[in-house]
Amino acid sequence: MKKRLLIVEPAEVIVEGLRAVLDESRFKILDTESSADNLEERIAMSRPDILLINPTLLGNPRHMHVERPLAIVALVYQYVERDLLKQYDAVVDIRDSRAVIIDTLAQAAPGEEEVAKNNYELTKRETAVLVQLAQGKTNKEIADTLNVSVHTVISHRKNITHKTGIKSVAGLTVYAMLNNLIKG
Amino acid sequence: MKSRLFSSESRLSDLITAHPSLLTLMSRLGISLGFGDRSIADVCEGSGVDTAFFLLICNVYTFNNYVPSTATILGTDMTGLVPYLEKSHRYYVDKRLPHIERHLDAIAQKLSGRIGQVFISFFKEYKREVEEHFAHEERDVFPHIGALMSGKKDTTYSIGEFVHTHSDIEGKLDDLLNIVFKYLPPQVDDDNVVDVVYDILRLSEDLKKHTFIEEKIMVPLVQHLENAILK
Repeated sequence: MKKRLLIVEPAEVIVEGLRAVLDESRFKILDTESSADNLEERIAMSRPDILLINPTLLGNPRHMHVERPLAIVALVYQYVERDLLKQYDAVVDIRDSRAVIIDTLAQAAPGEEEVAKNNYELTKRETAVLVQLAQGKTNKEIADTLNVSVHTVISHRKNITHKTGIKSVAGLTVYAMLNNLIKG
Repeated sequence: MKSRLFSSESRLSDLITAHPSLLTLMSRLGISLGFGDRSIADVCEGSGVDTAFFLLICNVYTFNNYVPSTATILGTDMTGLVPYLEKSHRYYVDKRLPHIERHLDAIAQKLSGRIGQVFISFFKEYKREVEEHFAHEERDVFPHIGALMSGKKDTTYSIGEFVHTHSDIEGKLDDLLNIVFKYLPPQVDDDNVVDVVYDILRLSEDLKKHTFIEEKIMVPLVQHLENAILK
C-alpha cells in the first residue's frame, strides 16, 4: 500500500526536488501546501499517512489536533532547535541521500496493522505502552524504554483510549489485568 | 428556547410522565411526591419552592441544548440554588454511589482474587475523588455564594478560581462503564452487570447536568454578584 503524503513547504525548489526523489511506487503525494494555514482541516480532509512539514511553519506538532495515526515528519534544511525536532516522529534532512529520505519516511509512517480501520485489537506497540502505563510509568519513561519520542507514546495512548473507551490510567490498569496483560 | 414545553400552569404529573427521569429531582428541589393533579406553580408554592427556579432546573435537565441566558439567571430567585446543589451532592454520595458499589461488590466476588480487588478499588478511588470534589465545593465555593447573596463583601474565594480548576467527575464513570459491559469475563454475566450499567449511565447523565448547572448557571450568577458587590 502506498503511503499517502502531505507536504507543507514554502520553497518550490525543495518541493519539486522531493517529488523527483520520492519513489512513486511507494508514496503518493496528495498535495503540497506552501503554508500551515488551516492545516488541521486539510489533514482531516485528505487523511495523509505522513505529514512532511517545515518545522519553522508548524512549531511544536503536539499542539496540533489531528486524528491518529499520522506521522509528522520534520523537513529540515536550516538550523532548527533540537528540542523542537524531538517532538517530531522523524526528521528528513534534504542533504540526506535519496535512499535515506525514502527509508526515513517509510519507517515513520504508521504500519499497516495500525492503519486498518475498524480494527479494535491493540497492536503490539500499544500493548507494550499499556503494560508500562499500568506499571505506573510516565510517558517520558515509556518513551525511553521503547526508544521512541514522547509524542509517539501520546499518540499510542490516544489510540488505546479510542479503541477501549477507557481514558484514565487507573481504568486502563483494570483493563490490563482483566486481559491478563499484567499480573496482579 | 422560547417555547418551553411546560409552563407553571402545567400539571406537575404531566411533566414527570413526559420526562420520568425528572422524578429523581423532586426531593432535591424540595418537592415531596403525592402532589396529585396540582399545577407546577401550585405545588411549588405549597412547598416554598420558587416556581421559576424549579422550571429553570427542570428545563436544563430536559433539554440538552438549552443554556439559560444571563438575563434569565439574574431574573430568577436563586436562593434555592446552593441548597439544591448540596442536596444533589448528598443524593450522589449517600444514595447513588453506595447503590452502584453494592452491585460492583457482588461482581467483584465473582472475579478471581486480586482482579476483584483492583476492580473494586478502582471504584473506591473514584468515589473518594468525587467526595473530595464535592467537599471542596461545600467548604470553599458555597459559603462564598451564601455570603455574596446576603450582600457581604466576601473576598475569601473568587469564582475565577473555580472556573480555572473545576474538573469533570464523569470521565472515570465512562471508563467503568466500558470495563463493566465490555471487558468483564463471561462468567460474571449476571443481572448485577446489566443493572449496574443502567445505574452508571443514569448517574453519568445526572452528573453531566450537575456540572452544567454549576458551570452555566452558578458561575455566571456568582460572577455577576462579585462584580456588583466587590467592585
